[in-house]
Amino acid sequence: MKVLVAVKRVIDYNVKVRVKPDNTGVDLANVKMAMNPFCEIAVEEAVRLKEKGVATEIVVVSIGPKAAQEQIRTALALGADRGIHVETDEEVQSLEAAKLLKAVVEKEEPKLVILGKQSIDTDNNQTGQMLAALTGMGQGTFASEVAVEGEKVNVTREVDGGLVTVSLNLPAVVTTDLRLNEPRYASLPNIMKAKKKPLDSMSPTDLGVDVAPRLSTLKVEAPAARKGGIKVADVAELVDKLKNEAKVI
Amino acid sequence: MSILVIAEHDNSSLKSATLNVVAAAKAVGGDIDVLVAGENCSAVGEAASKIEGVNKVLVADNAAYGHFLAENLSLLVSEVGKNYGHIFAAAGTTGKDFMPRVAALLDVAQVSDIMSVESEDTFVRPIYAGNALATVKSSDSIKVVTVRPTAFDPVAGEGGSASVESVDGAHDAGVSSFVSEQLAESDRPDLGSAGIVVSGGRGMQNGENFQMLEKVADVLGAAVGASRAAVDAGFVPNDMQVGQTGKIVAPQLYIAVGISGAIQHLAGMSDSKVIVAINKDEEAPIFQVADYGLVADLFEAVPQLEEELKKVL
Repeated sequence: MKVLVAVKRVIDYNVKVRVKPDNTGVDLANVKMAMNPFCEIAVEEAVRLKEKGVATEIVVVSIGPKAAQEQIRTALALGADRGIHVETDEEVQSLEAAKLLKAVVEKEEPKLVILGKQSIDTDNNQTGQMLAALTGMGQGTFASEVAVEGEKVNVTREVDGGLVTVSLNLPAVVTTDLRLNEPRYASLPNIMKAKKKPLDSMSPTDLGVDVAPRLSTLKVEAPAARKGGIKVADVAELVDKLKNEAKVI
Repeated sequence: MSILVIAEHDNSSLKSATLNVVAAAKAVGGDIDVLVAGENCSAVGEAASKIEGVNKVLVADNAAYGHFLAENLSLLVSEVGKNYGHIFAAAGTTGKDFMPRVAALLDVAQVSDIMSVESEDTFVRPIYAGNALATVKSSDSIKVVTVRPTAFDPVAGEGGSASVESVDGAHDAGVSSFVSEQLAESDRPDLGSAGIVVSGGRGMQNGENFQMLEKVADVLGAAVGASRAAVDAGFVPNDMQVGQTGKIVAPQLYIAVGISGAIQHLAGMSDSKVIVAINKDEEAPIFQVADYGLVADLFEAVPQLEEELKKVL
């Protein structure tokens, strides 16, 4: 079966972000970018399904500027078969991303669509659910285990309080949690091979989707900094401070 | 315009996060109705009718909603919610699962995990793991919003007298079904709403050592949390994880033991009122956010902490 994986180019997770002085956003100039960590897990899961003989082809799609092709190439180096780049310099919000992905799903007709549960920049946690809604597919969000059985997929989900397993009819949408797997590293030969794999480029207009945002960002600010604390000498002093100074116990 | 709040519950009792969501709805202004969707959930409907400031409770009691499957719930909520100006739910795993689906069915954007209400269409939410706060304005006719419970003081769960109506009919999308669940058992307060949280990290070294933290938690009436490192190492189950990808907590007191303080962990606890760090590495980033830091070996400090607390509590 064909598996579609959506990946996003975001700021590297180790970078300490800086809010722009004019409060219009976060400074992304000259900042290290990478594939969103949850998307890496999605790619890895698709590759494992292929290695098990469940998936036959892995198509990876990314929406974003020209530079997002780097992240598609990374996914190809990890084992995806071909890439689709929906190129736009506009900010694409979750609902519009879901509509673009729906158009790709209609063209490609995958049995399984795998996305990360959230991107670490906007922290929205919406796109997979929205894509599932627009296509009428079942959704297995926050997945820590995915088992395809015939025309169904069993997804174990991480929920508040523990784990829940659901069974979904295929085609279905799965979003990955961190514990689903440990992504592999791309080897140099695979990176070289990935350069030769097919990568189609198209625009939102080609897919018939209007990407105009519904939410406008009025300002972006740094959160209030915590004031510097003190170091205590021993446990007795700590308990005394908590009881008599902070009054929290 | 009136506001629809989706109750969070387990079919037998209302979860306290619902009270925080009603508080957020109150900040918008207007009539507040609460929808309780579940199976054999009449007791929850009853409890919801007592919430302060609630106008009407709608109870959709049907096997289709028993396990809160997003496919079915979103059909119900988008049907009931289309007559409202706002649809609010807690940003727990249930709300995060079905609400974006509701938004897509209504063809509107969703505003996730809001921390404050600026006006009826403008909200503040964290981005980049809480390292920036964005003020966003929605131009949609229906505002679909998930609320960070810890950012709003709960309204009273008693004293209200809302009318209760039942919503007939079942929405079953027929594409998903419940198989099984494994819920972690605990007598301690719920991590998301506890007043005090004691958390352990990689420095705990193994799962058995978490018993030291549990003893301290028992003295304080606290919940026990963990960093991702402790969860990934298999010390404790993942529903104890605090951070960007785990739970967001904002207790009165957060005690971080053997936790270095990575950006992703701080995203889950840096709104705590008082933060205590116990770590033997005095360069650990956690000390930059801690109100009280103790540089010490946790294997000596934690048992001492339990003893000292017993003396004063």
